[in-house]
Amino acid sequence: MIRDITIGQYYPAESRIHRLDPRVKIVCTLLFLVSLFIQNSLAGYVIATVFLGAVIRLSEVPLKYIVKGLKPIVILLLFTVAMNLFLTQGGGRLVHFWIFTITENGLRTSVFMAVRLMYLVAGSSIMTFTTSPNGLTDGMEKLLHPLNKVNIPVHEVAMMMSIALRFIPILLEETDKIMKAQMARGADFESGNIIQRAKAMIPILVPLFVSAFRRANDLAMAMEARCYHGGEGRTKMKPLKYKARDRMTYIITVVYVAAAFAAGRFADFKLWIF
Amino acid sequence: MSIALEHINYVYSPGTAYEKQALKDVSLVIPQGQFVGIIGHTGSGKSTLIQHLNGLVRAASGRLLYEGKNIYEEGYDMRWLRSQVGLVFQYPEHQLFEVDVLSDVCFGPKNQGLTQEECEERAKEALALVGFPEKYYRQSPFELSGGQKRRVAIAGVLAMRPKVLVLDEPTAGLDPKGRDEILDQVERLHKETGMTVILVSHSMEDVARYVERIIVMNRGEKMLDGAPREVFRHCKELEKVGLAAPQVTYVMHDLKERGFDLSPDATTIEEAADEIMRSLS
Repeated sequence: MIRDITIGQYYPAESRIHRLDPRVKIVCTLLFLVSLFIQNSLAGYVIATVFLGAVIRLSEVPLKYIVKGLKPIVILLLFTVAMNLFLTQGGGRLVHFWIFTITENGLRTSVFMAVRLMYLVAGSSIMTFTTSPNGLTDGMEKLLHPLNKVNIPVHEVAMMMSIALRFIPILLEETDKIMKAQMARGADFESGNIIQRAKAMIPILVPLFVSAFRRANDLAMAMEARCYHGGEGRTKMKPLKYKARDRMTYIITVVYVAAAFAAGRFADFKLWIF
Repeated sequence: MSIALEHINYVYSPGTAYEKQALKDVSLVIPQGQFVGIIGHTGSGKSTLIQHLNGLVRAASGRLLYEGKNIYEEGYDMRWLRSQVGLVFQYPEHQLFEVDVLSDVCFGPKNQGLTQEECEERAKEALALVGFPEKYYRQSPFELSGGQKRRVAIAGVLAMRPKVLVLDEPTAGLDPKGRDEILDQVERLHKETGMTVILVSHSMEDVARYVERIIVMNRGEKMLDGAPREVFRHCKELEKVGLAAPQVTYVMHDLKERGFDLSPDATTIEEAADEIMRSLS
Protein backbone atom coordinates (compact mmCIF):
# COMPACT_ATOMS: atom_id res chain seq x y z
CA MET A 1 0.00 0.00 0.00
CA ILE A 2 2.38 2.74 1.18
CA ARG A 3 5.13 1.27 -0.95
CA ASP A 4 3.56 2.65 -4.10
CA ILE A 5 4.82 6.21 -3.52
CA THR A 6 7.05 7.05 -6.48
CA ILE A 7 8.10 10.66 -5.90
CA GLY A 8 11.79 10.96 -5.14
CA GLN A 9 12.39 7.31 -5.87
CA TYR A 10 15.22 5.73 -7.76
CA TYR A 11 14.39 3.75 -10.90
CA PRO A 12 17.15 1.21 -11.46
CA ALA A 13 18.34 1.04 -15.08
CA GLU A 14 21.56 1.31 -17.04
CA SER A 15 20.80 4.24 -19.31
CA ARG A 16 23.12 7.02 -20.48
CA ILE A 17 21.46 9.42 -18.10
CA HIS A 18 21.96 7.03 -15.18
CA ARG A 19 25.67 6.86 -15.91
CA LEU A 20 26.21 10.63 -15.81
CA ASP A 21 28.05 12.22 -12.91
CA PRO A 22 25.48 13.24 -10.27
CA ARG A 23 26.89 16.77 -10.21
CA VAL A 24 26.05 17.12 -13.90
CA LYS A 25 22.51 15.99 -13.26
CA ILE A 26 22.04 18.37 -10.33
CA VAL A 27 23.43 21.40 -12.18
CA CYS A 28 21.65 20.63 -15.43
CA THR A 29 18.35 20.09 -13.64
CA LEU A 30 18.77 23.50 -12.02
CA LEU A 31 19.59 25.00 -15.41
CA PHE A 32 16.49 23.37 -16.88
CA LEU A 33 14.31 24.74 -14.09
CA VAL A 34 15.78 28.22 -14.61
CA SER A 35 15.20 27.96 -18.35
CA LEU A 36 11.51 27.41 -17.67
CA PHE A 37 11.33 30.70 -15.82
CA ILE A 38 13.40 33.00 -18.00
CA GLN A 39 11.26 32.50 -21.08
CA ASN A 40 7.57 32.62 -21.74
CA SER A 41 7.09 32.01 -25.42
CA LEU A 42 5.59 29.27 -27.51
CA ALA A 43 8.88 28.68 -29.33
CA GLY A 44 10.65 28.38 -25.98
CA TYR A 45 8.16 25.80 -24.75
CA VAL A 46 8.45 23.79 -27.94
CA ILE A 47 12.22 23.60 -27.45
CA ALA A 48 11.78 22.71 -23.76
CA THR A 49 9.35 19.93 -24.70
CA VAL A 50 11.76 18.48 -27.23
CA PHE A 51 14.62 18.66 -24.72
CA LEU A 52 12.64 17.10 -21.88
CA GLY A 53 11.20 14.43 -24.17
CA ALA A 54 14.66 13.50 -25.39
CA VAL A 55 16.00 13.26 -21.83
CA ILE A 56 13.07 11.07 -20.70
CA ARG A 57 13.60 8.84 -23.73
CA LEU A 58 17.33 8.53 -23.00
CA SER A 59 16.76 7.82 -19.32
CA GLU A 60 14.74 4.66 -20.08
CA VAL A 61 12.34 5.54 -17.26
CA PRO A 62 8.81 4.61 -18.39
CA LEU A 63 6.65 7.67 -19.05
CA LYS A 64 4.05 6.09 -16.76
CA TYR A 65 6.36 6.60 -13.76
CA ILE A 66 6.86 10.26 -14.54
CA VAL A 67 3.15 10.85 -14.98
CA LYS A 68 2.52 9.08 -11.68
CA GLY A 69 4.97 11.49 -10.04
CA LEU A 70 2.77 14.37 -11.21
CA LYS A 71 -0.20 13.14 -9.19
CA PRO A 72 0.68 14.91 -5.93
CA ILE A 73 0.63 18.31 -7.65
CA VAL A 74 -2.76 17.90 -9.34
CA ILE A 75 -4.58 20.07 -6.79
CA LEU A 76 -1.92 22.76 -6.89
CA LEU A 77 -2.08 22.61 -10.67
CA LEU A 78 -5.87 22.98 -10.83
CA PHE A 79 -5.78 25.84 -8.34
CA THR A 80 -3.09 27.73 -10.28
CA VAL A 81 -4.84 27.20 -13.57
CA ALA A 82 -8.18 28.41 -12.16
CA MET A 83 -6.64 31.49 -10.57
CA ASN A 84 -4.81 32.48 -13.73
CA LEU A 85 -7.73 31.66 -15.96
CA PHE A 86 -10.25 33.87 -14.18
CA LEU A 87 -8.11 36.62 -12.68
CA THR A 88 -5.79 37.60 -15.51
CA GLN A 89 -6.97 40.65 -17.41
CA GLY A 90 -6.05 41.88 -20.87
CA GLY A 91 -6.50 40.81 -24.47
CA GLY A 92 -9.84 40.01 -26.05
CA ARG A 93 -12.68 38.46 -24.07
CA LEU A 94 -13.25 34.78 -24.89
CA VAL A 95 -16.02 33.73 -22.51
CA HIS A 96 -18.15 35.71 -20.10
CA PHE A 97 -20.84 34.46 -17.74
CA TRP A 98 -22.10 35.92 -14.43
CA ILE A 99 -18.96 37.21 -12.64
CA PHE A 100 -16.48 35.04 -14.52
CA THR A 101 -14.53 36.31 -17.45
CA ILE A 102 -11.94 34.43 -19.42
CA THR A 103 -9.63 36.60 -21.44
CA GLU A 104 -7.09 35.67 -24.09
CA ASN A 105 -4.28 36.59 -21.74
CA GLY A 106 -5.84 34.52 -18.97
CA LEU A 107 -6.01 31.39 -21.12
CA ARG A 108 -2.50 31.92 -22.36
CA THR A 109 -1.00 32.43 -18.88
CA SER A 110 -2.86 29.50 -17.34
CA VAL A 111 -1.87 27.06 -20.07
CA PHE A 112 1.77 28.16 -19.93
CA MET A 113 1.72 28.03 -16.14
CA ALA A 114 0.34 24.48 -16.13
CA VAL A 115 2.96 23.31 -18.61
CA ARG A 116 5.69 25.06 -16.64
CA LEU A 117 4.64 23.39 -13.36
CA MET A 118 4.43 19.95 -14.93
CA TYR A 119 7.83 20.34 -16.57
CA LEU A 120 9.31 21.50 -13.27
CA VAL A 121 8.17 18.33 -11.51
CA ALA A 122 8.93 16.04 -14.45
CA GLY A 123 12.41 17.58 -14.84
CA SER A 124 13.33 17.15 -11.21
CA SER A 125 11.83 13.66 -10.97
CA ILE A 126 14.01 12.59 -13.89
CA MET A 127 16.97 13.54 -11.73
CA THR A 128 15.79 11.49 -8.73
CA PHE A 129 14.68 8.58 -10.89
CA THR A 130 18.10 8.29 -12.52
CA THR A 131 20.36 9.07 -9.56
CA SER A 132 20.61 6.84 -6.51
CA PRO A 133 20.19 8.67 -3.19
CA ASN A 134 23.84 8.05 -2.43
CA GLY A 135 24.85 9.52 -5.78
CA LEU A 136 22.75 12.58 -5.10
CA THR A 137 24.32 13.27 -1.72
CA ASP A 138 27.80 12.62 -3.10
CA GLY A 139 27.15 15.14 -5.85
CA MET A 140 25.72 17.66 -3.40
CA GLU A 141 28.68 17.25 -1.08
CA LYS A 142 31.16 17.86 -3.86
CA LEU A 143 29.23 20.81 -5.27
CA LEU A 144 28.87 22.47 -1.87
CA HIS A 145 32.43 21.68 -0.83
CA PRO A 146 33.57 25.34 -1.05
CA LEU A 147 31.17 26.14 1.80
CA ASN A 148 33.56 24.33 4.16
CA LYS A 149 35.63 27.50 4.06
CA VAL A 150 32.87 29.40 5.82
CA ASN A 151 32.61 26.71 8.51
CA ILE A 152 29.56 24.88 7.22
CA PRO A 153 30.01 21.15 7.94
CA VAL A 154 29.16 20.04 4.40
CA HIS A 155 30.25 16.44 4.84
CA GLU A 156 28.22 15.94 8.01
CA VAL A 157 25.13 17.46 6.43
CA ALA A 158 25.55 15.22 3.38
CA MET A 159 25.98 12.17 5.59
CA MET A 160 22.83 13.03 7.53
CA MET A 161 20.96 13.47 4.29
CA SER A 162 22.05 10.14 2.87
CA ILE A 163 21.18 8.34 6.11
CA ALA A 164 17.78 10.02 6.20
CA LEU A 165 17.12 9.00 2.60
CA ARG A 166 18.28 5.46 3.25
CA PHE A 167 15.87 5.19 6.16
CA ILE A 168 12.76 6.18 4.24
CA PRO A 169 12.13 2.77 2.62
CA ILE A 170 13.22 0.95 5.79
CA LEU A 171 10.74 2.84 7.95
CA LEU A 172 7.99 2.48 5.36
CA GLU A 173 8.45 -1.26 5.36
CA GLU A 174 8.57 -1.29 9.14
CA THR A 175 5.31 0.68 9.32
CA ASP A 176 3.69 -1.79 6.96
CA LYS A 177 4.83 -4.69 9.12
CA ILE A 178 3.71 -3.14 12.40
CA MET A 179 0.34 -2.20 10.94
CA LYS A 180 -0.21 -5.76 9.81
CA ALA A 181 0.89 -7.15 13.16
CA GLN A 182 -1.56 -4.91 15.02
CA MET A 183 -4.32 -5.69 12.54
CA ALA A 184 -3.70 -9.37 13.26
CA ARG A 185 -4.50 -8.47 16.88
CA GLY A 186 -7.77 -6.93 15.81
CA ALA A 187 -6.71 -3.27 15.55
CA ASP A 188 -8.95 -1.12 13.37
CA PHE A 189 -7.50 1.96 11.66
CA GLU A 190 -10.36 2.81 9.37
CA SER A 191 -13.48 3.44 11.43
CA GLY A 192 -14.29 5.88 14.22
CA ASN A 193 -14.09 9.65 14.58
CA ILE A 194 -10.90 11.66 14.35
CA ILE A 195 -9.96 11.23 18.02
CA GLN A 196 -10.50 7.46 17.93
CA ARG A 197 -8.42 7.27 14.79
CA ALA A 198 -5.61 9.29 16.32
CA LYS A 199 -5.70 6.95 19.32
CA ALA A 200 -5.59 3.95 17.00
CA MET A 201 -2.22 5.25 15.73
CA ILE A 202 -0.52 4.78 19.12
CA PRO A 203 0.03 1.02 18.64
CA ILE A 204 1.82 1.86 15.38
CA LEU A 205 3.76 4.94 16.41
CA VAL A 206 5.25 3.61 19.65
CA PRO A 207 6.82 0.52 18.08
CA LEU A 208 7.91 2.59 15.08
CA PHE A 209 9.76 5.10 17.27
CA VAL A 210 11.30 2.34 19.32
CA SER A 211 12.56 0.63 16.18
CA ALA A 212 13.81 3.90 14.65
CA PHE A 213 15.87 4.59 17.78
CA ARG A 214 17.11 1.02 17.89
CA ARG A 215 18.23 1.23 14.26
CA ALA A 216 19.85 4.63 14.77
CA ASN A 217 21.71 3.25 17.76
CA ASP A 218 22.90 0.18 15.85
CA LEU A 219 24.01 2.31 12.92
CA ALA A 220 25.94 4.73 15.15
CA MET A 221 27.61 1.76 16.80
CA ALA A 222 28.53 0.19 13.45
CA MET A 223 29.96 3.50 12.21
CA GLU A 224 32.03 3.95 15.36
CA ALA A 225 33.28 0.39 15.10
CA ARG A 226 34.65 1.28 11.67
CA CYS A 227 36.35 4.37 13.05
CA TYR A 228 34.08 6.90 11.38
CA HIS A 229 34.96 10.36 12.63
CA GLY A 230 33.48 12.81 10.16
CA GLY A 231 34.77 14.24 6.91
CA GLU A 232 38.28 15.29 7.95
CA GLY A 233 40.82 13.45 5.78
CA ARG A 234 38.19 11.03 4.49
CA THR A 235 38.61 9.79 0.93
CA LYS A 236 36.09 8.14 -1.36
CA MET A 237 36.18 4.68 -2.80
CA LYS A 238 34.71 6.01 -6.02
CA PRO A 239 35.69 9.68 -6.26
CA LEU A 240 33.54 11.72 -8.63
CA LYS A 241 35.43 12.62 -11.80
CA TYR A 242 34.13 14.43 -14.85
CA LYS A 243 34.35 12.41 -18.05
CA ALA A 244 33.89 13.44 -21.67
CA ARG A 245 30.16 12.61 -21.60
CA ASP A 246 29.70 14.83 -18.54
CA ARG A 247 31.33 17.80 -20.27
CA MET A 248 29.27 17.10 -23.35
CA THR A 249 26.08 17.15 -21.26
CA TYR A 250 26.98 20.52 -19.78
CA ILE A 251 27.51 21.92 -23.27
CA ILE A 252 24.23 20.49 -24.59
CA THR A 253 22.27 21.86 -21.64
CA VAL A 254 23.80 25.33 -21.93
CA VAL A 255 23.08 25.34 -25.65
CA TYR A 256 19.50 24.31 -24.90
CA VAL A 257 19.01 27.12 -22.35
CA ALA A 258 20.45 29.68 -24.76
CA ALA A 259 18.30 28.34 -27.62
CA ALA A 260 15.11 28.41 -25.56
CA PHE A 261 15.84 31.96 -24.45
CA ALA A 262 16.87 33.20 -27.87
CA ALA A 263 13.95 31.51 -29.65
CA GLY A 264 11.53 33.41 -27.43
CA ARG A 265 13.31 36.67 -28.19
CA PHE A 266 14.09 36.46 -31.88
CA ALA A 267 12.30 33.54 -33.51
CA ASP A 268 8.95 33.38 -31.75
CA PHE A 269 5.84 32.51 -33.73
CA LYS A 270 2.18 32.70 -32.89
CA LEU A 271 -0.46 30.03 -32.98
CA TRP A 272 -3.86 31.62 -32.42
CA ILE A 273 -3.41 33.42 -29.08
CA PHE A 274 -0.34 31.57 -27.83
CA MET B 1 -13.55 -26.77 11.02
CA SER B 2 -10.63 -26.27 8.72
CA ILE B 3 -8.81 -23.91 6.40
CA ALA B 4 -8.94 -24.66 2.70
CA LEU B 5 -7.00 -22.78 0.02
CA GLU B 6 -8.15 -23.25 -3.55
CA HIS B 7 -5.92 -22.14 -6.43
CA ILE B 8 -4.55 -19.10 -4.63
CA ASN B 9 -2.45 -16.70 -6.76
CA TYR B 10 -0.78 -13.54 -5.54
CA VAL B 11 1.30 -10.91 -7.34
CA TYR B 12 3.38 -8.19 -5.64
CA SER B 13 3.26 -4.63 -7.07
CA PRO B 14 1.42 -5.59 -10.26
CA GLY B 15 2.14 -3.37 -13.25
CA THR B 16 5.48 -1.97 -12.00
CA ALA B 17 9.15 -2.76 -12.51
CA TYR B 18 9.11 -4.68 -9.23
CA GLU B 19 6.26 -7.02 -10.21
CA LYS B 20 6.70 -10.48 -8.78
CA GLN B 21 4.44 -13.50 -8.59
CA ALA B 22 4.66 -14.53 -4.94
CA LEU B 23 2.18 -17.41 -4.99
CA LYS B 24 1.36 -19.68 -7.90
CA ASP B 25 -1.82 -21.76 -7.82
CA VAL B 26 -1.50 -22.93 -4.22
CA SER B 27 -4.15 -25.37 -3.00
CA LEU B 28 -4.16 -27.08 0.38
CA VAL B 29 -6.42 -28.12 3.26
CA ILE B 30 -5.42 -27.82 6.89
CA PRO B 31 -7.79 -29.69 9.20
CA GLN B 32 -8.51 -28.44 12.71
CA GLY B 33 -5.99 -29.61 15.33
CA GLN B 34 -3.10 -30.40 13.00
CA PHE B 35 0.47 -29.33 13.76
CA VAL B 36 1.84 -28.20 10.40
CA GLY B 37 5.27 -26.94 9.41
CA ILE B 38 5.74 -24.68 6.38
CA ILE B 39 9.29 -24.67 5.08
CA GLY B 40 10.92 -22.72 2.32
CA HIS B 41 13.89 -20.64 1.37
CA THR B 42 13.85 -16.84 1.76
CA GLY B 43 11.46 -15.50 -0.88
CA SER B 44 9.70 -18.82 -1.41
CA GLY B 45 6.35 -17.25 -0.56
CA LYS B 46 5.84 -18.81 2.85
CA SER B 47 5.31 -15.50 4.68
CA THR B 48 2.95 -14.30 1.94
CA LEU B 49 1.06 -17.57 2.19
CA ILE B 50 0.38 -17.28 5.91
CA GLN B 51 -0.74 -13.65 5.58
CA HIS B 52 -3.53 -14.96 3.40
CA LEU B 53 -4.77 -17.21 6.18
CA ASN B 54 -6.21 -14.35 8.24
CA GLY B 55 -7.07 -12.08 5.32
CA LEU B 56 -4.25 -9.53 5.76
CA VAL B 57 -3.29 -10.11 2.13
CA ARG B 58 -5.97 -10.66 -0.44
CA ALA B 59 -5.33 -13.22 -3.16
CA ALA B 60 -5.40 -12.02 -6.77
CA SER B 61 -7.43 -15.08 -7.65
CA GLY B 62 -8.64 -18.24 -5.95
CA ARG B 63 -10.77 -18.96 -2.90
CA LEU B 64 -9.95 -19.29 0.77
CA LEU B 65 -12.47 -21.12 2.92
CA TYR B 66 -12.44 -20.88 6.70
CA GLU B 67 -14.87 -23.36 8.26
CA GLY B 68 -16.48 -23.72 4.87
CA LYS B 69 -17.11 -20.02 4.25
CA ASN B 70 -15.32 -18.03 1.54
CA ILE B 71 -13.53 -15.16 3.30
CA TYR B 72 -13.46 -13.06 0.11
CA GLU B 73 -17.23 -12.89 0.03
CA GLU B 74 -18.69 -9.43 0.50
CA GLY B 75 -19.52 -8.61 4.11
CA TYR B 76 -17.28 -11.30 5.62
CA ASP B 77 -16.20 -10.28 9.12
CA MET B 78 -12.41 -10.03 8.78
CA ARG B 79 -11.88 -8.95 12.38
CA TRP B 80 -13.63 -12.06 13.59
CA LEU B 81 -11.46 -14.16 11.28
CA ARG B 82 -8.35 -12.50 12.70
CA SER B 83 -9.38 -13.44 16.21
CA GLN B 84 -9.92 -17.04 15.07
CA VAL B 85 -6.68 -17.33 13.11
CA GLY B 86 -4.02 -15.78 15.35
CA LEU B 87 -0.96 -14.72 13.37
CA VAL B 88 2.33 -14.12 15.15
CA PHE B 89 4.75 -12.25 12.88
CA GLN B 90 8.49 -12.60 12.68
CA TYR B 91 10.17 -10.72 15.52
CA PRO B 92 6.78 -10.18 17.18
CA GLU B 93 8.42 -8.27 20.03
CA HIS B 94 8.69 -5.31 17.62
CA GLN B 95 4.94 -4.76 17.96
CA LEU B 96 4.91 -4.23 21.75
CA PHE B 97 3.80 -0.74 22.73
CA GLU B 98 2.02 -0.62 26.08
CA VAL B 99 3.33 0.58 29.45
CA ASP B 100 3.26 -2.85 31.03
CA VAL B 101 3.13 -6.48 29.96
CA LEU B 102 -0.45 -7.15 31.06
CA SER B 103 -1.95 -4.16 29.19
CA ASP B 104 -0.06 -5.11 26.06
CA VAL B 105 -1.48 -8.61 26.08
CA CYS B 106 -4.93 -7.06 26.71
CA PHE B 107 -4.78 -5.21 23.38
CA GLY B 108 -6.17 -8.10 21.33
CA PRO B 109 -9.12 -8.97 23.64
CA LYS B 110 -9.90 -5.26 24.01
CA ASN B 111 -10.24 -5.02 20.23
CA GLN B 112 -12.69 -7.89 20.44
CA GLY B 113 -14.88 -5.65 22.58
CA LEU B 114 -14.50 -7.46 25.91
CA THR B 115 -14.71 -5.77 29.32
CA GLN B 116 -11.60 -4.84 31.28
CA GLU B 117 -12.00 -7.84 33.68
CA GLU B 118 -12.50 -10.31 30.85
CA CYS B 119 -9.48 -8.88 29.04
CA GLU B 120 -7.26 -9.26 32.09
CA GLU B 121 -8.51 -12.74 32.73
CA ARG B 122 -7.68 -13.78 29.19
CA ALA B 123 -4.34 -11.99 29.29
CA LYS B 124 -3.35 -13.84 32.45
CA GLU B 125 -4.48 -17.13 30.95
CA ALA B 126 -2.43 -16.47 27.79
CA LEU B 127 0.66 -15.43 29.73
CA ALA B 128 0.38 -18.60 31.79
CA LEU B 129 0.11 -20.65 28.59
CA VAL B 130 3.44 -19.31 27.32
CA GLY B 131 5.03 -19.77 30.73
CA PHE B 132 5.62 -16.11 31.49
CA PRO B 133 6.45 -15.50 35.19
CA GLU B 134 3.71 -13.65 37.08
CA LYS B 135 6.04 -11.30 38.94
CA TYR B 136 6.83 -9.42 35.72
CA TYR B 137 3.21 -8.68 34.74
CA ARG B 138 3.51 -5.01 35.69
CA GLN B 139 6.94 -4.48 34.13
CA SER B 140 7.48 -2.50 30.95
CA PRO B 141 7.74 -4.92 27.99
CA PHE B 142 10.75 -2.96 26.73
CA GLU B 143 12.81 -3.95 29.78
CA LEU B 144 12.48 -7.71 29.24
CA SER B 145 14.99 -10.06 27.66
CA GLY B 146 14.56 -11.09 24.02
CA GLY B 147 13.03 -14.48 24.82
CA GLN B 148 10.59 -13.05 27.37
CA LYS B 149 9.53 -10.27 24.96
CA ARG B 150 8.72 -12.91 22.39
CA ARG B 151 6.60 -14.83 24.91
CA VAL B 152 4.66 -11.67 25.69
CA ALA B 153 4.08 -11.05 21.99
CA ILE B 154 2.86 -14.61 21.41
CA ALA B 155 0.59 -14.28 24.46
CA GLY B 156 -0.77 -11.09 22.87
CA VAL B 157 -2.15 -13.22 20.07
CA LEU B 158 -3.18 -16.17 22.25
CA ALA B 159 -5.25 -13.86 24.45
CA MET B 160 -7.79 -13.62 21.64
CA ARG B 161 -8.34 -17.39 22.07
CA PRO B 162 -7.73 -18.25 18.43
CA LYS B 163 -8.57 -21.70 17.09
CA VAL B 164 -5.58 -21.58 14.76
CA LEU B 165 -2.15 -20.27 15.72
CA VAL B 166 0.24 -19.28 12.93
CA LEU B 167 3.84 -18.56 13.91
CA ASP B 168 6.26 -16.99 11.41
CA GLU B 169 9.82 -18.00 12.34
CA PRO B 170 9.16 -17.92 16.08
CA THR B 171 12.76 -18.81 16.86
CA ALA B 172 14.56 -16.26 14.66
CA GLY B 173 17.29 -14.46 16.57
CA LEU B 174 17.04 -16.60 19.70
CA ASP B 175 19.88 -18.65 21.21
CA PRO B 176 19.54 -22.47 21.13
CA LYS B 177 18.12 -22.55 24.65
CA GLY B 178 15.53 -19.87 23.94
CA ARG B 179 14.67 -21.65 20.69
CA ASP B 180 14.02 -25.00 22.38
CA GLU B 181 12.01 -23.33 25.14
CA ILE B 182 9.72 -21.53 22.70
CA LEU B 183 9.21 -24.60 20.52
CA ASP B 184 8.55 -26.87 23.52
CA GLN B 185 6.03 -24.32 24.76
CA VAL B 186 4.31 -24.27 21.38
CA GLU B 187 4.16 -28.05 21.35
CA ARG B 188 2.63 -28.11 24.84
CA LEU B 189 0.09 -25.51 23.70
CA HIS B 190 -0.89 -27.69 20.79
CA LYS B 191 -1.31 -30.74 23.04
CA GLU B 192 -3.18 -28.96 25.82
CA THR B 193 -5.56 -26.79 23.83
CA GLY B 194 -5.91 -28.86 20.67
CA MET B 195 -5.58 -25.80 18.48
CA THR B 196 -4.23 -25.96 14.96
CA VAL B 197 -0.62 -24.78 14.91
CA ILE B 198 1.13 -23.67 11.73
CA LEU B 199 4.85 -23.19 12.16
CA VAL B 200 6.84 -21.37 9.49
CA SER B 201 10.56 -21.98 9.48
CA HIS B 202 13.57 -22.50 7.31
CA SER B 203 15.19 -24.87 9.74
CA MET B 204 14.38 -28.49 9.03
CA GLU B 205 15.76 -29.57 12.40
CA ASP B 206 13.32 -27.29 14.26
CA VAL B 207 10.34 -28.44 12.33
CA ALA B 208 11.06 -32.15 12.04
CA ARG B 209 11.01 -32.63 15.79
CA TYR B 210 7.56 -31.20 16.35
CA VAL B 211 5.20 -31.25 13.41
CA GLU B 212 3.05 -34.02 11.97
CA ARG B 213 2.99 -32.60 8.45
CA ILE B 214 5.41 -30.53 6.38
CA ILE B 215 4.60 -28.30 3.45
CA VAL B 216 7.62 -27.26 1.38
CA MET B 217 7.31 -24.03 -0.58
CA ASN B 218 9.55 -23.16 -3.51
CA ARG B 219 9.27 -20.06 -5.72
CA GLY B 220 5.67 -19.50 -4.73
CA GLU B 221 4.60 -23.07 -5.42
CA LYS B 222 3.80 -25.95 -3.12
CA MET B 223 6.62 -28.40 -3.82
CA LEU B 224 6.09 -31.18 -1.29
CA ASP B 225 3.39 -31.93 1.26
CA GLY B 226 3.34 -34.85 3.66
CA ALA B 227 4.54 -36.37 6.91
CA PRO B 228 8.16 -35.44 7.80
CA ARG B 229 9.62 -38.81 6.93
CA GLU B 230 7.91 -38.80 3.52
CA VAL B 231 9.16 -35.29 2.78
CA PHE B 232 12.71 -35.99 3.87
CA ARG B 233 12.85 -39.02 1.60
CA HIS B 234 13.19 -36.38 -1.15
CA CYS B 235 16.37 -34.98 0.38
CA LYS B 236 18.07 -34.72 -3.03
CA GLU B 237 15.31 -32.51 -4.41
CA LEU B 238 15.29 -30.45 -1.23
CA GLU B 239 18.98 -29.74 -1.65
CA LYS B 240 18.42 -28.48 -5.17
CA VAL B 241 16.15 -25.72 -3.86
CA GLY B 242 18.56 -24.74 -1.10
CA LEU B 243 16.98 -26.72 1.72
CA ALA B 244 18.28 -29.76 3.52
CA ALA B 245 16.90 -32.67 5.45
CA PRO B 246 17.93 -32.90 9.11
CA GLN B 247 21.60 -33.86 9.46
CA VAL B 248 20.67 -37.10 11.17
CA THR B 249 18.76 -38.21 8.08
CA TYR B 250 21.98 -37.93 6.06
CA VAL B 251 23.84 -39.98 8.65
CA MET B 252 21.19 -42.69 8.37
CA HIS B 253 21.35 -42.69 4.58
CA ASP B 254 25.16 -42.98 4.74
CA LEU B 255 24.96 -45.84 7.21
CA LYS B 256 22.53 -47.70 5.00
CA GLU B 257 24.81 -47.21 1.98
CA ARG B 258 27.71 -48.66 3.93
CA GLY B 259 25.76 -51.85 4.53
CA PHE B 260 23.91 -51.32 7.79
CA ASP B 261 20.53 -52.97 7.81
CA LEU B 262 18.32 -50.10 8.87
CA SER B 263 15.55 -47.83 7.59
CA PRO B 264 16.95 -44.38 6.79
CA ASP B 265 13.68 -42.53 7.50
CA ALA B 266 14.56 -41.28 10.99
CA THR B 267 14.12 -37.51 11.30
CA THR B 268 15.13 -36.91 14.91
CA ILE B 269 18.18 -37.93 16.87
CA GLU B 270 16.07 -40.06 19.25
CA GLU B 271 14.46 -42.02 16.41
CA ALA B 272 17.85 -42.51 14.77
CA ALA B 273 19.37 -43.79 18.02
CA ASP B 274 16.53 -46.31 18.42
CA GLU B 275 16.85 -47.46 14.84
CA ILE B 276 20.63 -47.95 15.11
CA MET B 277 20.23 -49.83 18.36
CA ARG B 278 17.62 -52.05 16.73
CA SER B 279 19.83 -52.86 13.77
CA LEU B 280 22.83 -53.63 15.98
CA SER B 281 21.03 -55.92 18.36
